[in-house]
Amino acid sequence: MATQQTRSLARFMMAPSVVLLFIWMIVPLVFTIYFSLLQYNPLNPIRDGFVWFANYKLFYSNPAFFAAILNTLTIVVSVLVITVVGGILLAMLLDQPIWGQGIVRILVISPFFVMPPVAALVWKNMIMHPQYGVFADIARFFGADPIDWFGQHPLTAVILIVAWQWLPFATLILLTSLQSLDGEQKEAAEMDGAGFLSRFIYLTLPHMSRAITVVILIQTIFLLSVYAEILVTTNGGPGYASTNLPFLVYQKALLEFKIGQASAGGVIAVILANIVAFFAMRAVGKNLDK
Amino acid sequence: MARAVTTQHKTIATAAAWVVALLIFFPILYTIITSFKSEQEAIQGFNLIPSGTFESYSEVQQQSGYFKFFFNSVLLSVGSTILALIVAIPAAWSMAFSPTKRTKDILMWMLSTKMMPAVAVLFPIYLIFRDSGLLDSRIGLTVMLMLINLPIVVWMLYTYFREIPGEILEAARMDGASLWNEIIYVLTPMAVPGIASTMLLNIILAWNEAFWTIRLTTTNAAPLTAFISSFSSPQGLFWAKLSAASTLAIAPILIMGWFSQKQLVRGLTFGAVK
Repeated sequence: MATQQTRSLARFMMAPSVVLLFIWMIVPLVFTIYFSLLQYNPLNPIRDGFVWFANYKLFYSNPAFFAAILNTLTIVVSVLVITVVGGILLAMLLDQPIWGQGIVRILVISPFFVMPPVAALVWKNMIMHPQYGVFADIARFFGADPIDWFGQHPLTAVILIVAWQWLPFATLILLTSLQSLDGEQKEAAEMDGAGFLSRFIYLTLPHMSRAITVVILIQTIFLLSVYAEILVTTNGGPGYASTNLPFLVYQKALLEFKIGQASAGGVIAVILANIVAFFAMRAVGKNLDK
Repeated sequence: MARAVTTQHKTIATAAAWVVALLIFFPILYTIITSFKSEQEAIQGFNLIPSGTFESYSEVQQQSGYFKFFFNSVLLSVGSTILALIVAIPAAWSMAFSPTKRTKDILMWMLSTKMMPAVAVLFPIYLIFRDSGLLDSRIGLTVMLMLINLPIVVWMLYTYFREIPGEILEAARMDGASLWNEIIYVLTPMAVPGIASTMLLNIILAWNEAFWTIRLTTTNAAPLTAFISSFSSPQGLFWAKLSAASTLAIAPILIMGWFSQKQLVRGLTFGAVK
């Protein structure tokens, strides 16, 4: 029953959000695309100029770019596998009747509230440090040599830290979904003699599929831009072993001042994110139609 | 639930759940424990019982001035959240109560801005900030964090507002309430819980934002994310100090987070999982 007046009022009320977000999105993006076509180095302006797509060609010729894209995808996929599988198992465990469920939930969700630099520093120094970390203590206890995580397995170390941060998120959302599963359906399946495994495959998993999709999509958005964890642990190294695309862009832009190359990397990051976003929007959009 | 739960089953499940939960929580727990050790104790191998000294805390405060960063974190996260609410409440209100054909598209588009990777716009933003003198300024960063979280704020508010029954508004309108009265006397009281949870979650998100807060600040506006990043290069014996600093940086938000678990699911899935 919207009158003309309320409609224009509605538009007026929406305007600030829409205008702000539009500026926030479009202005920097246009700049980035423009810079990506330039050779632009504030420290060495003599050679600056329009180079069209030369910066993008570096993605084929420069091993750093290729390594960065590969590392980005490795981080995303590994963390997704760990958190989704671990999240399903944990959610099923926490869905059981247990004593002290409230406290258990609080303990499990806590890592999500730890800011990324703290999470990374705590793991770097308290847990994975080759001399004073807990892992080293455990290794020595069993008479083994402690592992130099950041020297020898830098990417694995980063993946472990990031997975620790996101496992609570996956668990919490999957648990929420699991708790909405109809108890009577479960009972009926049990009465019909369905074993644990078939109950899981034919009842639990389909029920959780939507939540799993949401977890995957939202995590992917954040995992594509892992940054602080790398900055405070490995600093991208050794070499480019743990450099992902965001970190490479940061290095190129603010350390080497190769703005053109950094911007090209940024544009590639936007394209990667948009591929994910396309699927994410469809999943979330379905919810609006209900 | 009619299913009988045997005590044995419950005991096993409880034991398993507690073991896993404590393992996941362990890095945080061990950091808190270590923060009450002396530097010597902290490197003497695995030990869960600290001597209970507070010397690391006082040293952290003396060395780097924790409270300045803490104050910035509070200012930035609360300030940006309030700003975002001011901009978002009218938008979410109008989308929830006078939806048009395009409402869904607008919501989707807002969500899509959230998916742009921050690094992609790092340099332009850096330039804009530098040229307008906003680098290392609290105002610049507050606006920045507001923009980053605005889509989530609009979305969360929208999902909450949508659950307010429209009939109540119709009734108020029939009774001759003006639009303004409708908002203040009818809508606001019903919307307060939703607004409060939106606020809580977004303070947490802004508090933990660790890209722009590190890159666009140096000293004046630097919040706890920047404070803690200064510990990334080892400085001799610093395990206990690092633990104290980490505990200080996460404690406020950890406690807030515990109270916002339920809203977290809803807010971060944009209402797709409730």
